[in-house]
Amino acid sequence: MSRLKSLEQVLSAGNLSRRAFIAYASAMGLAAAVSPMAFPSKANAEGPKRGGRLRLGLNGGATSDTLDPGIQLAMMPQVLVYGALANSLVEIDADGRPAPELAERWESTPDAKKWIFYLRKGVEFHNGKTMDADDVIDSINWHLKPGTKSAAKALVESIVSMKKEDKYTLAFELKSGNADFPFTLSDYHLVVGPQGTDLSTGVFTGGYKIKTFEPGVRAFAVRNPNYFKSDRAWFDEVEILGINDVNARTNALKTGQIDVMNRCDLKTVHLFKRMPGIQVMRQDGFKHFTFAMRTDMAPYDNNDVRLALKYAVDREQMVKTILRGYGRVGNDHPISVANRYHAGDLPQRQYDPDKARFHLKKAGLDGATFKLHAAEAAFKGAVDAGVLYREQAAKAGITIDVVREPNDGYWSNVWMKKPWCAVFWGGRPTEDMMFSTAYAKGAAWNDTFWDHPRFNELLVSARAELDEDKRRAMYGEMQRIVRDDGGVVVPMFSADLAAASDTIGHGKLAANWELDGFRAPERWWFKS
Amino acid sequence: MGDLRPDFVGIEALPGDLAEAVLGQSATPETVAAFRKELKLDLPPHVRYVAWLGAFVRGDFGNSLANRRPVADLISWRFANSLLLAGVTALIAVPVAVILGILAALYRNTVFDRLISMATLSTISFPEFFVAYILIALLSVRVALFPSIANINADMTLGQKLYAICLPCLTLAMVVTAHMMRQTRAAIINILASPFIEMANLKGLRRLRVVVLHAFPNALSPVINVIALNLAYLVVGVVIVEVVFVYPGLGQLLVDSVSKRDIPVVQASGLIFAATYVMLNLLADVLSIVSNPRLRNPR
Amino acid sequence: MTALLKLLRSAPFSARLGMGMVLITLLAAILAPAIAPYGETAVTGDVWLPASSSHWVGTDNLGRDLFSRLLFGARNTIAIAFLITALSFGVGTVWGFLAATVGGWIDQLLSRGVDILMAFPTLIFALMVLSVVGTSIPALVVVIALLDSTRVFRLSRAVAMDIAVMEYVEAARLRGEGLWWLMRHEILPNAMPPLVAEFGLRFCFVFLFIAALSFLGLGIQPPTADWGSMVRENAGAITFGIYTPLWPAGAIAFLTVGVNLIVDWFLHVASGLED
Repeated sequence: MSRLKSLEQVLSAGNLSRRAFIAYASAMGLAAAVSPMAFPSKANAEGPKRGGRLRLGLNGGATSDTLDPGIQLAMMPQVLVYGALANSLVEIDADGRPAPELAERWESTPDAKKWIFYLRKGVEFHNGKTMDADDVIDSINWHLKPGTKSAAKALVESIVSMKKEDKYTLAFELKSGNADFPFTLSDYHLVVGPQGTDLSTGVFTGGYKIKTFEPGVRAFAVRNPNYFKSDRAWFDEVEILGINDVNARTNALKTGQIDVMNRCDLKTVHLFKRMPGIQVMRQDGFKHFTFAMRTDMAPYDNNDVRLALKYAVDREQMVKTILRGYGRVGNDHPISVANRYHAGDLPQRQYDPDKARFHLKKAGLDGATFKLHAAEAAFKGAVDAGVLYREQAAKAGITIDVVREPNDGYWSNVWMKKPWCAVFWGGRPTEDMMFSTAYAKGAAWNDTFWDHPRFNELLVSARAELDEDKRRAMYGEMQRIVRDDGGVVVPMFSADLAAASDTIGHGKLAANWELDGFRAPERWWFKS
Repeated sequence: MGDLRPDFVGIEALPGDLAEAVLGQSATPETVAAFRKELKLDLPPHVRYVAWLGAFVRGDFGNSLANRRPVADLISWRFANSLLLAGVTALIAVPVAVILGILAALYRNTVFDRLISMATLSTISFPEFFVAYILIALLSVRVALFPSIANINADMTLGQKLYAICLPCLTLAMVVTAHMMRQTRAAIINILASPFIEMANLKGLRRLRVVVLHAFPNALSPVINVIALNLAYLVVGVVIVEVVFVYPGLGQLLVDSVSKRDIPVVQASGLIFAATYVMLNLLADVLSIVSNPRLRNPR
Repeated sequence: MTALLKLLRSAPFSARLGMGMVLITLLAAILAPAIAPYGETAVTGDVWLPASSSHWVGTDNLGRDLFSRLLFGARNTIAIAFLITALSFGVGTVWGFLAATVGGWIDQLLSRGVDILMAFPTLIFALMVLSVVGTSIPALVVVIALLDSTRVFRLSRAVAMDIAVMEYVEAARLRGEGLWWLMRHEILPNAMPPLVAEFGLRFCFVFLFIAALSFLGLGIQPPTADWGSMVRENAGAITFGIYTPLWPAGAIAFLTVGVNLIVDWFLHVASGLED
């Protein structure tokens, strides 16, 4: 593994381009394990500056939020914990690649079953303790405590054993090979806190220390002077306000009461863009909206019905009307153009009322009514999308009845219960995570109750495959299978739109999560 | 204590519980079960209710199920905020409504009456959130007079708080004034037909004097009731204004808690609302009786 | 019939204006399918187009013709609001009068029962109930009507309390008239004015309540047009100087003012004042 080390030296000496380095490292089966110092930061073009109070007005906070990294359900705590207070072993950089954070570098065996992570030395927690391998082991075990409520439990359970080789070296053994393991460790739940402490107190390694946290209302943090990254966490103070009404956020930004807002109103963003002093930021990430059909229930157990409904949606119009153009058409599978193995060569499914009619007839369901359950809780504009879908399908002679469900309890009473409903997916940074979460047989969130033997087989073999080309071919085939047989209509991928005052500076935005991968407090700065 | 029942029973009757609600889309059967166990949601409702009641009698509101914080901590400062908003609004709205009502009754069927009537009717015809948006658009975005969000916190002085809540108060005042003003007017006009008013008129008293000193006191009963209703509304029913202005009041907490099935918080806020409500109505009843001699002697 | 005509002829200008406004709304509601240029749900253009010859008042947040939706909205809004208000007054006044006339423990029982219901914020109560029973129109009507009837109960009880102690009610009572007769013939006519005033307001509040519910994600099922939800759907545009949401809001105001002008006149006539 010293090959990697030497590679880094070559790179630092400027003898290897960044792209070539990554390609080479990937080919070796080593995800890019390179310190941020190795690349001159492009963000520096405008010259980041220290100081100021960053005020974020965020949608997605509730009075029930906590700082427990295992239960990060809303954007407000996510940005607070992952973007300001804490770090993971690995972070995802602006190009969607794993980059070192608390781990300096890592390596794996050729079957991707055993991984060794070398930790950064001299990292200090907010309580003054220095981080070592025990803290990491403890923090990962936090998600495995008996009776845990952690959403990362399933991720962590793929680890069979963790062994401390020395104070700063940690060996992981996995249940089965996983070429994407560094991605797993970049998950926002898997942040590192001091051993033996309650992780929900907010003591981590990050660039800011928590001062006050009033769930759903306000969080306030100040800069950590001992932060291990010298070129990050530019603000003196970070204040996060929970503002759930989009018009309230918009007005607050317009009137200068906040500096940054997330989730702009798509209907008004074109007007917003024209306002002086406002910058609108677009990220094309993994977020997509689906209409999930339960393939274990009639009539959706018939693939002709599924195809009929897939052909009956005019995706272009959906993107234009529901997303106001801020998104991309979907191709009935959940893999985004931001994913590494997106099958760009797979023909785009088009709106085709004749084909839709044909398939419906083939299924013998002429004149049937399909009930589509939707609520704004599913995704913003879900009900409108349903109504639009109804109009489009009507041209193919298909009757869709849009049933508006209450927002309250949508995820427990409608999703995965009703035979056909609107669903929001934040998406996943890797194909494997996405497919394993929602398309694998028996997966807890397989909301189409879909079971396709060839797909399931490919999923397991692709996971452990280190050969780039073979992997690409496998994921390509899987996307085609989902498109032609799966239970989801994926009409569109939604771009994330955030807006900020002109005084905010930032580099290229990472697309893995909203607001620069949740990392706005860490990565952004005030221009002078 | 009877007042605690509806919200408890109500929320128990809702499908789903906190475990599912908090986790939302992230709920897996396993984590939900773990959540439930920790929160003792696996015990039957009446057992939990009795336990809560016991603790409450000892002055312990318990902890929020969702984030384990003491309910008293969650509620106390929010309730103070709600009272502040309601109080300031009432100080503006009640006198304005009563005076406008009296004036409208006094100058009934004149242009003045019609104008007030139309204006107040138009303001209440607009949904609250829309009134709020219009006020923000005019007084905050176009002319930067007031802040568009009223996210007050403990570090602010009373003056800063009052400035921050200008727009929400104005919004609420516009919403409640019309209702109170119209009832005042109707009640007074109703009384003006009574023989004793005719008598007063015949005595040659000035109209103003007749309306204010003779008719208004006798019209107090319905007016007081309407004011009490509106005050109660200001304390408990302003969720939407809280959402639009990001005001940390009790309503927002209650909506969150209901949707998260956080029963102790709902119970405690329900209790506070009930207490506020009962107090205001009791007050209204007492004042009605005081104002109407006929009611003083029970049959 | 002739008495009614005579009464109508004697109506002052304001009342005629009110009647005209209500009539226009009713006509719009009845004739909507005939005069609307587009369908209720048809997407016919871009989003939030300004007024033009093809879209008289522009288009809404989905690019549907706003004028057509206003017309269809009139039907749904008026029908639903009227149903709800009538129901809530039916229930509220009967129990309110009963409580006031009988008094004693029945009054206590009813009043405290209503207090319990009212103590919990209506909107949140509706939220809880509607999450269970769903937001079909019948469910909305019944839930809102019952919640509203608590308000009507309190008002009618308060008014009736004042009347029930009047000499003529005492007299009727001593005559041996039944409870129902007392309520219908002595209390109701005398309690009419404040109740009618309240009816006019409540009728309009119903739209607003539906709008509030839709703000919280419940309310009338789309794509059905109703004025309250139309305000909600388009409200965000106002801060950008787009006046689309003013149209449905204006429609609500138009009807509210119209109804209440008539109510004012009625109050005036009922009060028996000459001036």
